[in-house]
Amino acid sequence: MKKTMGSLAAIAGVFAIAGSAHAFSPENVECIAPANPGGGWDFTCRSVGKILYDLKLVPEPVKVTNMPGGGGGVAFGYVVGKRNDDANLLVAASTATTSRLATNQFAGLTADQVRWVASLGADFGVIAVSKDAPYKNLGDLMAAVKADPDKIAFGGGSAVGGWDHLKILIVAKAAGITDARSVKYVSFNSGGKALTQLLGNHVQAVTGDVSEIKGQLAAGNVRALAVLSPERLSTDPDIPTAREQGFDAIGANWRGFYLPKDVSDDVHQSWGKIMAKLYESEDWKKAMEANGLAPFYNGGAQFDDFVRQNIADIEQLSKDVGLLK
Amino acid sequence: MEFLAGFAHGFEVALTPLNLGLAVFGAFAGTLVGALPGLGPANGVAILVPLAFTLGLPPESALILLAAVYYGAMYGGRISSIMLNIPGDEPAVMTLLEGNPMARQGKAGAALAISAVSSFIGATLATIGLSFLAPLLVKFAILFGPAEYFILFVLAFSLIGTLTGKNVAKTFIASVLGLMLATIGLDPATNVPRYTFGQMKLFEGLDPIIAIVGLFAISEVLVFLETSRAGGQVKFKVERTYATFKELWFCTGAMLRGSVIGFICGVLPGAGASLGSFASYTLEKRYSDRGTFGKGDERGLAAPEAGNNSAAGGALVPMLALGVPGSGTTAVLLALLISLNITPGPLLFTERPEVAWGLIASLYMANIVLLVLNLPLVNIFVRLLTVPTYILMPTVTLICFLGVYAISHSVFDIFMMVGVGVFGYLLRKVHIPLVPVILGVLLGHHMEVNLRRALSLSSGDWGILFGSNLAITLWVLVFLSLTLPFLIRAIRRRPGGGKGEV
Repeated sequence: MKKTMGSLAAIAGVFAIAGSAHAFSPENVECIAPANPGGGWDFTCRSVGKILYDLKLVPEPVKVTNMPGGGGGVAFGYVVGKRNDDANLLVAASTATTSRLATNQFAGLTADQVRWVASLGADFGVIAVSKDAPYKNLGDLMAAVKADPDKIAFGGGSAVGGWDHLKILIVAKAAGITDARSVKYVSFNSGGKALTQLLGNHVQAVTGDVSEIKGQLAAGNVRALAVLSPERLSTDPDIPTAREQGFDAIGANWRGFYLPKDVSDDVHQSWGKIMAKLYESEDWKKAMEANGLAPFYNGGAQFDDFVRQNIADIEQLSKDVGLLK
Repeated sequence: MEFLAGFAHGFEVALTPLNLGLAVFGAFAGTLVGALPGLGPANGVAILVPLAFTLGLPPESALILLAAVYYGAMYGGRISSIMLNIPGDEPAVMTLLEGNPMARQGKAGAALAISAVSSFIGATLATIGLSFLAPLLVKFAILFGPAEYFILFVLAFSLIGTLTGKNVAKTFIASVLGLMLATIGLDPATNVPRYTFGQMKLFEGLDPIIAIVGLFAISEVLVFLETSRAGGQVKFKVERTYATFKELWFCTGAMLRGSVIGFICGVLPGAGASLGSFASYTLEKRYSDRGTFGKGDERGLAAPEAGNNSAAGGALVPMLALGVPGSGTTAVLLALLISLNITPGPLLFTERPEVAWGLIASLYMANIVLLVLNLPLVNIFVRLLTVPTYILMPTVTLICFLGVYAISHSVFDIFMMVGVGVFGYLLRKVHIPLVPVILGVLLGHHMEVNLRRALSLSSGDWGILFGSNLAITLWVLVFLSLTLPFLIRAIRRRPGGGKGEV
């Protein structure tokens, strides 16, 4: 009898612990996409929002708010300044966010002013040329850049110093090009526009994300020389990695979220658990595959460390190549 | 044969009761969104994306709904241009030049009907072009590199002098003011902030929507406040709520020309509907003007309306065939396609024919729905003019504030809008036309960005601007556009030259 009571108490205790961990339950969740509709952050908010509601991880449909400006800086400043304790607010973020934080493009705001929740996937960088180009592998292309950097223009969707630019600099550094500023990079409004310029032979190569070039790759109009992932992607096993071609270059554009700084630890942990559940779901696996995202999960304190390291790496790289003093 | 089968299959998809119902709903919602100043097609489509998800619609139905909203918003933009002299969205700026004078002459009903028919013609021709020519057009579009885009915008600016006849100097002052406003934001090549005063909101430049709503709507309200205190407020009368066959026949040429020009601009990613309606209007004015433009010439209304709707259809060509959005709205549609597990691009027509052809068929359907919906609605829209101005003007102001806030959730944007509005009011007081200012803002940024890209591609060598046959052809067009008016005028002055109508 005593024993039964004891185990009942133990069970109750377990429930109590579980209960306290779930003291926070989200309601009327809002997701800020710090850009206009149609981009990667908008996708992150909308697809994650949909799956959160489909899986009943949140009680109502997630409201998506587009807040463009300053490459995400406007939304960052808004969260820090106006919504600093809102437990039901998610903000979409990616490597574009950390690279701007690293190069101090958010008017003095820093990564410590928000709480990082989780990354749910990554889009690995890819270097591609048009199908008629003479470069058969990354070695050919980088040799051509070394011989005459003026002849090879890389197109990308982000601004100068942005993520698409940094990707080619990562490769250039791995190839031993010391004066990285000699590498010619031209910024277009989007990865798609840069790709059109490649098809028209206006630029010689693009530094995109795998998801951006999928359509043209399948049609045989472009050739992917290298993917900047540690191993070949399970979705596109034909694209060789930069690493196996002798260039130690990794470039992952992770996608994830941050929360306002002043939410409680309880809220932070609850969101971490919700995101972990979402990450394990079939729905998210399908969404990742459809969008060319590779598995890339970081949660909780581990994600916090990851973001800090990510920013430190980008800062170092930008200093090495002279983009940042 | 394969093509016809695809087409037939598309109509099978589009004509199910669910999809037809979605098309009607989307067309109506789109017209409303387009008519509200501030909210344009991109916002309309973005607002309805969650609805498509929540309803759990299959991909083709979701696309049909959103495409109907897209086309609907392009129709709707004209309404406030004509009735209130306030463009409902970017491409509707040119519509007010002839549409509003027509309304002031009591021909608001005719103007609405003509513009609805023009929109229908433009959108239908564009959809036909999309169905038959997409692969060919893509080959044309990729010929445009940064240098060619730059010259295309130079060509557009060479037409700006056509806009206002009376005082050429003021037109130029206005366009230069617009170009100056377009330099606000991060420098496109070096990322250095210009005229941003440390405001991150300004890093991406002056938002064209804020500029339009401020310049036109807010300044209109300010002018109204002034004139109503002075006691003078002319009431418009409405003669009829339909267009005669004769009026429509008179505009046929303008509609066809506008459609072709608009379509070409739409197909080029990065040119878009604003350039389409602007080029349609100015070329039509060059072609047909015998002193009637600016005073309510129906052809000057028909051409840009056909042009902007046709450009909307044209923008779907690069989206479907290349997977590259030609405009903000197609960027949203593209994101939707991707999240529905569909990869747009060259293989879309073979891999997912039901989506590609279903979309195209639904565009035909949406268009017919929109025409049927819009002609009787003219009756309701013209009643706007019978609303007393002391109710209408505060309502317009309210909608502008709501519209601008809804896009970005930023109070800063509202202050910007009011600031630009006061600026517009001052410009009106000194009779500087507002349309060239807004064109400077809309086109100037593209012009600069493409020049900077071209020069960084060539490592600073200006020769790139003459580096291809297409570039040289475009320069020849610029030259002709600058010199032809003088030649034509000289020919007309000779006895027997220039018989009026062509």
